[in-house]
Amino acid sequence: MHIIESGNVAAATGVKLSRAQVIAAYPITPQTPLTEKLSEFVESGELAAEYIPVESEHSAMAVCIAASTAGARAFTATSANGLLYMSEQLHWAVGARLPIVMCVANRGIGAPWTVWNDQQDTISQRDVGWIQIYANDHQQIIDAVIKAFRLAQTVSIPVMVCYDGYLLSHTYMPFEEPAQSSVDSFLPTFAPTHFLDPENPGNFNTVTLPDVRPDVEGVIAPGYIEIRHTLHQDLRAALDTFVEIDREFKKEFGRGGNPLIEEYRCEDADFVAVCIGSLSYQLRDVVDGMRENDVKIGVMGVQMYRPFPDEAIVRALAGKKGVIVFEKALSYGNQGALYADIKSALYKSAERPFIHNYILGLGGREIKTQHLLDALTASCTSPDTFEDAPRWIGLKL
Amino acid sequence: MRKDIIEIRWHGRGGQGAITAAKIVANAAFVSGYKGVVMAPTFGTERRGAPVFTSLKISKEKIYDLSPITTPDMVVVLDHTLLEEVNVVAGLKEKGLVVLNSPRPVSEYTFDGMTVAVSDVSKHAVEAGLPPGIVNSGIIGAFAKASGLVDIDVLVQAIENEFSGKKPEKNARSARIAYENTADNTADNTAIGGNK
Repeated sequence: MHIIESGNVAAATGVKLSRAQVIAAYPITPQTPLTEKLSEFVESGELAAEYIPVESEHSAMAVCIAASTAGARAFTATSANGLLYMSEQLHWAVGARLPIVMCVANRGIGAPWTVWNDQQDTISQRDVGWIQIYANDHQQIIDAVIKAFRLAQTVSIPVMVCYDGYLLSHTYMPFEEPAQSSVDSFLPTFAPTHFLDPENPGNFNTVTLPDVRPDVEGVIAPGYIEIRHTLHQDLRAALDTFVEIDREFKKEFGRGGNPLIEEYRCEDADFVAVCIGSLSYQLRDVVDGMRENDVKIGVMGVQMYRPFPDEAIVRALAGKKGVIVFEKALSYGNQGALYADIKSALYKSAERPFIHNYILGLGGREIKTQHLLDALTASCTSPDTFEDAPRWIGLKL
Repeated sequence: MRKDIIEIRWHGRGGQGAITAAKIVANAAFVSGYKGVVMAPTFGTERRGAPVFTSLKISKEKIYDLSPITTPDMVVVLDHTLLEEVNVVAGLKEKGLVVLNSPRPVSEYTFDGMTVAVSDVSKHAVEAGLPPGIVNSGIIGAFAKASGLVDIDVLVQAIENEFSGKKPEKNARSARIAYENTADNTADNTAIGGNK
């Protein structure tokens, strides 16, 4: 059934269909309507979950960690400074290998205060070890939430589903709400092999030593570095796992097919614009316009940012003349994080395209189609005038 | 950039229901075959009574640009007192349409070459049995008549769905009365949609 609702309601509906059992959240714009909607679902009995209002985002994640450790399907959502306030717990959740799912409605970070969209919040958390999936419209939001619960419990790694604040969180558009029965057959009940159980007591996440050591039964157990190495290996393997989950999702629901990257008119393109989030859809209009003037250009959205789908990206970009990376975030003092990642991935390929970096839209600065067109035209027609440092779009200095 | 998108800007006051009105039209347009429907409220700083606007874009194709409308084809004004505070026709395309809730006759309004359609929605809403000040269902009737974009019966169905449990019949009646009592400044009173 199609409904027209906001992106936050799309996310909440995905969480309801996924039968989350524990929800803990603290309100922050522009995420708040998501968790408000969930509290309504719980209050009305449509969702059989424990809704735990907490006094901070740090506690929200702590509650999710406890619930997940006890074997419950846990969910929270946040934005911007709220995400950063729970950062310490984010590390804990992934180190403890808990399949928590969290939505982040992307928002710029204070100071100075802004409530509007950019992606500095989640991009700054890219090295935590959580899986990061980005959605470009409401259909992708609701679908990504359902897939995220399946992925998280398959690989025992928590997943962030990120979408642009206001642009998607507060905008209304049509999307298909999947049938509960289909979601139930796609997403099995969460049944962990180890969980906090009074009938079968155990220690979780105790102090590890720098070296390996025998456990209580005399078996050599991994040390900290082995545990972290396993996490990294499992994260890398999660790329293929997500491709497989997306394939099964498509079989059940008829949607998907672009789990890692989403390409538009890239096949015969000389130039490819690259970005994360809803901007990649706005760029489709620009690309269509440039195609009418015989510029062979396409656009690629990065759907999964961590683990980084470097092989898929290299396959998509190697042999192109140029790659133009647009970012609503920045590794301050260096350059765009996505730009640096893509440049690094392309280093090993024989035919390296030129690569440019634009920073734009920080703190909700409106991204005008004309600005995008001007930037792409400059990159395609005079690539030699560019330096490695990013150019900023729309600055009023 | 895309010529296939019809852009409608809704002006109201915080709490007046402009977002709900635009959402109802979005739903009705979608079931009428407009696959691309995007409705974006003003972001971030709404407060009760303050002028707000909502962008509604509709197209037969999927819409990718989520940025606010700057050059609307139509503007819908829920409250004529807004005209003193807001330049509602800012960016309005040539020969665009202004749909206005006002107790004054359409002859009193001139927006430089624009088509103007007026209905006393506030009065008609009370006639329909709604409490004073509920105008967001009625204005849809005036919009339907003046724009001819979406069939009134489809819109009334969308109103009843949206107001399910909140006086759906009275809200629907308000829209129908406004639909029958919308006058515009064209010679044959057909406005731009020509849906008599």
